[in-house]
Amino acid sequence: MLKFLLRRLLIAIPTLLLIATLAFGLLHATPGGPFDTAKRMPAAIQRSIEAKYHLNEPLWRQYLRYLGDLLHGDLGPSFQYRNTSVNELIKIGFPVDLEIGGVALGLAVLVGGALGLMAALRRNSLWDTVAMFLAALGVSVPVFVVAPLLILVFAVELNWLPSGDWRFGELRYLVLPVIALGLPYVAYIARMTRGAALEVLGSSFIRTARAKGLPERAVIFRHALRPVLTPLVSFLGPAFAGVLTGSIIVESVFGLPGIGRYFITGALNRDYTLVVGITVLYGGLIIAFNLLADLCYVWIDPRVRLDS
Amino acid sequence: MSAIIDADLPSRGQWSQSWQRLQRRPTAMAALGILAAVAVLSLVEPLCSAFDFSTPNWDALYQPPNAVHLFGTDGLGRDLLVRLMWGCRISLAVGITASLVSVFIGVLWGATAGYVGGTTDSVMMRSVDILYTVPFIPLVIVLTVLFGRNFLLVFIAIGAVSWLDIARIVRGQTLSIKNREFIEAARVLGLSTATMLWRHIIPNLLGVVIIYATLTVPTVVLFEAFLSFLGLGVHAPLASLGSLVSDGASHLKAHPYLLTIPALFLTLIIVCLSFLGDGLRDALDPREPR
Repeated sequence: MLKFLLRRLLIAIPTLLLIATLAFGLLHATPGGPFDTAKRMPAAIQRSIEAKYHLNEPLWRQYLRYLGDLLHGDLGPSFQYRNTSVNELIKIGFPVDLEIGGVALGLAVLVGGALGLMAALRRNSLWDTVAMFLAALGVSVPVFVVAPLLILVFAVELNWLPSGDWRFGELRYLVLPVIALGLPYVAYIARMTRGAALEVLGSSFIRTARAKGLPERAVIFRHALRPVLTPLVSFLGPAFAGVLTGSIIVESVFGLPGIGRYFITGALNRDYTLVVGITVLYGGLIIAFNLLADLCYVWIDPRVRLDS
Repeated sequence: MSAIIDADLPSRGQWSQSWQRLQRRPTAMAALGILAAVAVLSLVEPLCSAFDFSTPNWDALYQPPNAVHLFGTDGLGRDLLVRLMWGCRISLAVGITASLVSVFIGVLWGATAGYVGGTTDSVMMRSVDILYTVPFIPLVIVLTVLFGRNFLLVFIAIGAVSWLDIARIVRGQTLSIKNREFIEAARVLGLSTATMLWRHIIPNLLGVVIIYATLTVPTVVLFEAFLSFLGLGVHAPLASLGSLVSDGASHLKAHPYLLTIPALFLTLIIVCLSFLGDGLRDALDPREPR
């Protein structure tokens, strides 16, 4: 167990380094700089700005400086939002992503799991066929199509919900973004759960449980549910990271103040530190969630060994 | 010469069997038909149309669908049908090209790792593991900004980051056929590693490769649409399905058809591609449970 953890953490270091290097190198290779403006700045001002952000140094010095700061958890100052550090921007934006992503994925597990289980219990019924067709549709319809259509129906036509904007803790602003972001996951989880449930329900320990006369409810909730849900756990780790990065679209459609929006404008405006910082954050989250999912998996299913 | 016969003869029966199995799946066949229709339409329609995708017409702004403009016109009076067909062209072209790039890299990488084995294998697969954790969406956004002036490079970039799944699957398959007798026989003949891979290993992987290539196309189409939606993909006045959806989304209050029609086409293409991929999986790999 300890060996496994240690090895995973050791792999994480070169991975994060690679991500930081890739993002840093690619961004610095793009033409244009963060302080290019339509009107030419006086040379003295240009020089002093560049000196302030160390842009006048050779690239390798900038790179080493950046890595050094990164090791201390300092992602550097943002070029675009003057007098604000990338850490501060993430602190402002990230809770929004966390809230939307967490709620979306939580609901997706509940709704998708229930749908999939019901489809498996009524296998080959009309209900099963319709649910799985909708799930196949839901997996493939992109978020940026669903989101404007949701706005069209629920905000413009019916006028039930706001079409954008954000206020912390107010449910009305949460509904549409969460549905748009969560829908593909509902569909995916429904399909996964159905597949796993069909396999489990056909296995001999379920037959035993039924044979000894347990009520159907006990068979399903006490015996079948756990093995059905285990494959979901290993999916949830990467899914959570996916929800966080995927919220870039939802944020731009609904005008939410999350970090995805900073990322896009940052990439377009050559805000080197902001873009590299957010990319590294995403990479770190993906690694962390994958590791967490693997650990949970062992905890739920003791037959799985990590060391092998 | 013997190698060609060796790879071709037994597989011909297999292909026609797979084709028959595919024909028995109504959803897959319907998807194939719709895709073919969309592809042909998108190639032919712009040639026959009286309108062109970029010339504004100031006398026909925001016309709802009518007899002259079947799908209406946009804010510059441009015919939506022609722009939509151009969008389909671009989406399908990007999807196919980028998938070919990713299949090419993935197959070579996976087959080499699986066939050579040993340290080479573990180094190659470890790097795939590492690349898996690279955040994909941010990376492609950065790549698009870097290659912004050249759209061709953008989708080569998309292809170059989406080969990981294929590499893993191909490696697994390679491991399983590596020890078969015909490979042994070919090795006895003294063929070089490259010839072995190209002539004997890769042809036997084709079924799996076709399945995953078809499943890669919709993800790539989605990705291009995603980038164009954010304004990072095709450049105006050219349209892609993603940029049309994005244009439509900004006018959805007054002119909802500008959103619904491109959204419908994009969804149709992606749903059909994934149904076709699922159907092919059943047809080409009968052992694989659904």
